[in-house]
Amino acid sequence: MSQPIPALSPNVPAVVTNSLSKQFGRFSALRNVTAEFAAGRLYVILGENGAGKSTLLRAVAGLARPSRGTITVLGSPDIRAVAHQIGFMSHPSLLYDEMGGLENLLYFSQLYGMGAHDNDKAFCAQVITTVGLDPELTRTVGQYSQGMRQRMSLARALINNPQLLLLDEPFSNVDAASARAMVKLLATLRDAGKTVFVVTHQPSLLESAANEFIWMLAGQIERRSATFAEGQP
Amino acid sequence: MSLLARITSITLRKDLRLEWRSKDAINSMLFFALLVVVIFSFAFEPRAEESRHIAGGLIWTAFLFAAVVALNQTWARELKNHVLDAYRVSPAPANALFLSKALGNFLFVSVLELLMTPLFVVFYDLRPLGQVSLLPVVAILGTWALVVNGTFFAAISLRTRSREVMLPLLLFPISIPALLAMVQATSGLLTGEESVRFWITLLAVYDVVFTMVCFLLFDMVLNAE
Repeated sequence: MSQPIPALSPNVPAVVTNSLSKQFGRFSALRNVTAEFAAGRLYVILGENGAGKSTLLRAVAGLARPSRGTITVLGSPDIRAVAHQIGFMSHPSLLYDEMGGLENLLYFSQLYGMGAHDNDKAFCAQVITTVGLDPELTRTVGQYSQGMRQRMSLARALINNPQLLLLDEPFSNVDAASARAMVKLLATLRDAGKTVFVVTHQPSLLESAANEFIWMLAGQIERRSATFAEGQP
Repeated sequence: MSLLARITSITLRKDLRLEWRSKDAINSMLFFALLVVVIFSFAFEPRAEESRHIAGGLIWTAFLFAAVVALNQTWARELKNHVLDAYRVSPAPANALFLSKALGNFLFVSVLELLMTPLFVVFYDLRPLGQVSLLPVVAILGTWALVVNGTFFAAISLRTRSREVMLPLLLFPISIPALLAMVQATSGLLTGEESVRFWITLLAVYDVVFTMVCFLLFDMVLNAE
């Protein structure tokens, strides 16, 4: 089982971007984003389609290389060096449809140096339970409902007990009760000192749990606010 | 066990398990290779002597085309649900993914060869006159030459719009030296007319060089945008 990673000092920002730009051909997905995000907080990233929310998340995860500017994650400019402390959930499930939920998690946990022992299997089962699914489920992920798949995808992002959690649209196709349970879980993780970024079009779900709302427009951070209502135009 | 060996092993086991369940690659390869054997046997009706001269070319052409089917399947599985991103965000080394895929393809194509070779022997009435014990050496070196480049170029063509077409366009030209060596060595062993030492050496050198190049460059290919 992975060792608990101590929380970053509140003085060390979890993510720092400096003039971060990302270009896809002639389209600028991110334009000179300079921002600092303190550790141990839950950030909600909002904006219209194409505002650069997912690209920002992918850049932090190390999946989108900046065209210009720099990005420092958990104190390191080399994201690969801190990859074991990052959990990433994308819009697609990032799971093998032909494998069961536990089987998927066991495979991915092995990529993080776990999964070889019985207690690792127990940990994977525990993570599945945490997201409200049954680890004994024998169905393959391909036979899951969309909501179950989303929750299993969250479980996969949590498998390495990450210090920084990046979630892109975690509540899409999830029923209201499950979404509330997911929000509660995210708040618990934040309270445990983890930094959580959530890209969503359902900000109301996170109103009570979020520390900050970040509004993006045309590849830039337009404004930041402590509450959803405060930041609304 | 080193990190590279451990991740290679778990990813290979995962791929074999998925292939065992779906049988996507092996079924399409077998069907394709079988078609080639049957069609060629209708197209040519060689005597045993002629068979020995042309069989090397026929066998390796069939295996090359069939291997492309498996190679395209290799990465398709990782593209579905963007599972490749889950690997990319993990601390697992990129090279381990490449090695596991190449080894997996090597096993699939080897199984195909084991199943198809007896059919070739029957259809073309093949009776080797050369040093038959060297045939497995040629088969192993030749198969690795096909799959190591094939796995690499299949990864390169991942992000292209028509990757099924792109793979042969990239793979076939670069495989010409290996293919030539495979065909010449196999024909040499079947006819017993010439020494195959040069062709086996060429294949071995080709394998070493391209394995190193693909291994070293794969990180760049995996993380290319």
